[in-house]
Amino acid sequence: MPRYQRRPSILMAFAVVLFGFGLGFGAGPAQARLNIEVTGGVEAAQPIAVVPFGVSDGLIPPVDIAAVISADLARTGRFRPMPTRDMLDMPARHEDVDLRDWTLLGMNNLVIGRVEADGSGYRVSFILYDAFRGDQLASSTLVSTKAGMRNTAHRISDIIYQKLTGQRGVAATRIAYVTATGQGEGQTVTLRVADADGYEPQTIVSSGEPIMSPAWSPDGRRVAYVSFENKRAAIYVQELASGRRELVASHPGINGSPAFSPDGRKLAMTLSKDGNPDIYVLDLTSRELVRLTDHFAIDTEPSWSPDGQQIIFTSDRGGSPQIYRMGSGGGPAQRISSEGDYNARASYAPDGRSIVLVTRVNGMFRIGLIDLDRGFRRLLSNGSLDESPSFAPNGSMVIYATIHGGRGVLAAASIDGGGNQRLSQDSGEVREPAWSPFIK
Amino acid sequence: MTTNPKGLRARALILPLVVLACAFAAGCTSAPKQLPEPVTPQPTAPATTAPLETTRPVYAGPWEDPSNPLYQRTIYFDYDTAEIKPEYLPVLRTHARYLGTNTGVKATLEGHTDERGTREYNLALGDQRAESVRRLMIADGVPPNQLSTLSYGEERPANPGHSEQAWRLNRRVVIQY
Repeated sequence: MPRYQRRPSILMAFAVVLFGFGLGFGAGPAQARLNIEVTGGVEAAQPIAVVPFGVSDGLIPPVDIAAVISADLARTGRFRPMPTRDMLDMPARHEDVDLRDWTLLGMNNLVIGRVEADGSGYRVSFILYDAFRGDQLASSTLVSTKAGMRNTAHRISDIIYQKLTGQRGVAATRIAYVTATGQGEGQTVTLRVADADGYEPQTIVSSGEPIMSPAWSPDGRRVAYVSFENKRAAIYVQELASGRRELVASHPGINGSPAFSPDGRKLAMTLSKDGNPDIYVLDLTSRELVRLTDHFAIDTEPSWSPDGQQIIFTSDRGGSPQIYRMGSGGGPAQRISSEGDYNARASYAPDGRSIVLVTRVNGMFRIGLIDLDRGFRRLLSNGSLDESPSFAPNGSMVIYATIHGGRGVLAAASIDGGGNQRLSQDSGEVREPAWSPFIK
Repeated sequence: MTTNPKGLRARALILPLVVLACAFAAGCTSAPKQLPEPVTPQPTAPATTAPLETTRPVYAGPWEDPSNPLYQRTIYFDYDTAEIKPEYLPVLRTHARYLGTNTGVKATLEGHTDERGTREYNLALGDQRAESVRRLMIADGVPPNQLSTLSYGEERPANPGHSEQAWRLNRRVVIQY
């Protein structure tokens, strides 16, 4: 069995030097961030009022917590937060709340809260009400650093969302994506990780050469990606908190499509070192490299089933790119996409019951969802060059790359048709989104 | 949209050989076979210890001269195929002959695709395009150690547009010396 060979340390040294550029933690305000527009699907949304949080005298919190929560809830497509200007009263304490006022305004739910100083940080408390029944559905107090205030707001959003929908929220998750400015030789390509609302962008790596295919580790602490910084494709795994990274694949030919196994111990990838693009799995601890496919066609874009038992991938072995499934140890592959002459880049929904993929319909590349039980396909997007679909970890939405106004942007579509969003930068292209897993 | 007869799809090993046989049979190609000018291989930097170094030396080579047949270093492909079109066989044979004669010269075969379809599939397709050219050149007598392949997929378009006009220029293999 072929074994992975560590590359000479000169490469690692180069990696460390180059990585100096990438240490953009704390992401200054000057750094380009994603702007999010909600582009539709709010008709069936539930009305909710998130009252601006009260603050103790003299305190100026760095973040408008209620505004962040309202935006988080609006983005899910399932809530329609009340504009602050329509509020007749802004209670910050339970004893000041008169729920009848809010029911008269048509609000099903009300959120109030307060921010207090707590050492060098803050203490943020909130109450979620069912306005009609008069119940308190949730209340909690969270301690936050100054820098962590947006995250604290996202965690409150997720508590509210879960209480009202029964589904875990994704406001406190993150998105990895690639941005590009300039063309050709003058191009700058950057891999970033930002909060799910586009704020707090952190640069992972930046290069004049292409960067592709970011993939999250299941614990949300590492990202694997393909970088051409040494003038050829290589796969790196980088720890987000420390910035430490490791070169894990730099074979002759292509080194692409990294995908972590659900236990985080292995990395599936595409290598062409043996003459043709095939799927391999690298054990990240033992460095053992196992070849899973051996076919003269293209085999690429592996994706693990949530239970780790199977791998789906793209192959044109039948004459056109289609999705196939095999055991995660290799073996015979069965085709699972049926409609259309171009199906590629499939990945499983978190529950493993459906897959999202790129599918060509009348010459247009769109995002499709295939129900694996029923074999039924439906389309989630309506662009002409849509690609790189990635499920939110709660399965409620899919984020993907599309072209809007001649420029690469990201879009998110909810699976149940609830809401859509568009995420763009003020300049340059944005592409290859990868939604993080739940972050503890 | 481009039609693409799937039966003709390039299958890395078989097709180049078929194509080669066709080339030898003559009549398959209309362009006159031109012999490259004999060129003395320039002892450029010893590349053996720096495989990743692609910085162009000050001295370029005969491929920089528009009057030299080696000047044409790009061949183009139909959509979603790695099949080498017969019209490019003379170009590739010219380069193969040059490399076969000048054993100190190395070339990187750079595979590219248009933007349609997924990025990683296109990375693989670009690899197959470069590999098709490599196998053809090896069959034509170029020692394998003079050739390497590099796929950029759709990441480095020659033309950044979103139309067939741009796409046809982007589906290519470039022979980089």
